[in-house]
Amino acid sequence: MRAGILRSPSPLPGFGLSFGIMMAVLSIVVLLPIVALLGHGLAIGPADLWGMVSSRRIRAALALSFRAALVASLFNLVFGLVLAWVLVRYRFWGRRLIDAAIDLPFALPTAVAGIALTALYAPNGAFGQLLAPLGLRVAYTEIGIWLALIFIGLPFVVRTVQPVIEEVDREVEEVSATLGARRAYTLRRVVLPTLTPALLTGFALALARSVGEYGSVIFIAGNLPFQTEIAPLLIVIRLEEYNHEAATAIGLAMLLIAFAMLLAINAIQIWSRRRIGDV
Amino acid sequence: MSDVAHPVTRPTPVTTEPRLARHILIGTVVALVAVLLFAPLFAVFAEALRQGWAASIEGISSPDARAAIRLTLIVAAIAVPLNAVFGIAAAWAITKFDFRGKAFLITLIDLPFSVSPVVAGLALVLLFGANSWFGAWLIAHDLKIVFAFPGIVLATMFVTFPFVARELIPVMMEQGRAEEEAALTLGASGWRVFLTVTLPNIRWALLYGVLLCNARAMGEFGAVAVISGKIRGETTTMPIMIEMLYNEYLSVAAFSLAAVLALLALVTLFLKSLLEWCYADLLAATRRH
Repeated sequence: MRAGILRSPSPLPGFGLSFGIMMAVLSIVVLLPIVALLGHGLAIGPADLWGMVSSRRIRAALALSFRAALVASLFNLVFGLVLAWVLVRYRFWGRRLIDAAIDLPFALPTAVAGIALTALYAPNGAFGQLLAPLGLRVAYTEIGIWLALIFIGLPFVVRTVQPVIEEVDREVEEVSATLGARRAYTLRRVVLPTLTPALLTGFALALARSVGEYGSVIFIAGNLPFQTEIAPLLIVIRLEEYNHEAATAIGLAMLLIAFAMLLAINAIQIWSRRRIGDV
Repeated sequence: MSDVAHPVTRPTPVTTEPRLARHILIGTVVALVAVLLFAPLFAVFAEALRQGWAASIEGISSPDARAAIRLTLIVAAIAVPLNAVFGIAAAWAITKFDFRGKAFLITLIDLPFSVSPVVAGLALVLLFGANSWFGAWLIAHDLKIVFAFPGIVLATMFVTFPFVARELIPVMMEQGRAEEEAALTLGASGWRVFLTVTLPNIRWALLYGVLLCNARAMGEFGAVAVISGKIRGETTTMPIMIEMLYNEYLSVAAFSLAAVLALLALVTLFLKSLLEWCYADLLAATRRH
């Protein structure tokens, strides 16, 4: 009775085994912990949860996490598009090295990135010294948080847009040019619309990752309450105080943001599939 | 008409930007990548070697640092194969069979990508911690998960969960089921079909996924920071040790340990690029388009 209405028949074996392994690991590693978090939230009750989340310090931390992630992801949206375009369309010395380096933020542990950025941008660091005379402080300010989030979010837009640019039909651009469109007009009105779904997907992925980022940020942030204290750090602080209720409240708020972004990503993909066939 | 006067040697490049714009764009990209990516990487090694090789090697050979390196390796050696098995099983179930709720299942598999590692750690603490549902039972049976080795493995598995499945699903989806079905009609057993038909088709994608999974597993910080309890020499992985050393102003030791992880990242990137150049057509369809 395994098959039945839920599964259409297939001659291949191993459904029970593979499905079983998948569900077992998924449940133990991902679903049960998430359910435990939701369960704790229910036990605390919506009113108390809301009370905690709307406390000034938590609100400031959540707002900072979201705002910094938005700034960094917007930067990565623009820069990622330029980067992907240059890597696909132009041939220049060092192109392959840069292409390979794009994935550095995926491969480099976040804590390593965090201390490296701090070393560079601290007032006595290589870049910090250059920026200090300009009156620009990066380390231990919100700008430092932006920088860390730009670093970790950089590959997302590039890697989602790059394959789509490779697919863009050059003949369409030629047609546009023969019809008298200037290059800038062609890029804006012909090329950009085909890239929009991939751009949005990459942006949403970068945003989702940046909102919850911890390791690369805490070293450079300075971690002052109300100013440079991100939401994940506040969870850690509350946990260290054994204040599981407050930690749960912040965790649930962040989980809600994560779910919303996951929905947004799926919606973008469904929308773009309807519009141009595939992402 | 003056067409004959100067024969056209090259078609006018209507599908590229003006020369000046191209140079500006390339210049911007090179400069930003140098500042954003290469500079931090360089800084790790420069800071590690600030007081020479001897100090740097001393930094990573203290008993605590060695314990951290050992723990990181063991955790990765357990979490990565488990996630590989999960990834293969999930990809097999999802691509070789049709059942309801498949899209939802794929979304669930992707979930750890959008959940903050700290929230993942928190969820595990709430599930297995002393005053949780399982907590009492675990204490009664003298099992420790939170602030202990199993918790670190679970946290690592959570954050690296989608890596292998995410690489395999598009590849196996594209390859379809015909080859496996043919092998089956020729009398091969299920395992034989998997080992001799499916596995050779997916091996490079599998290796690719395992590579990324491993890099993330060894470098995971947020989730492990929450669940490990940071007991020096016992539950400190390399990234946690780096944080401790850094906060104690032992900069050279912290950056030396960081340099080891940075070297690992460079090896990962090198192997990844190699795989992409050599087996581009056998890796995930999303990168081939």
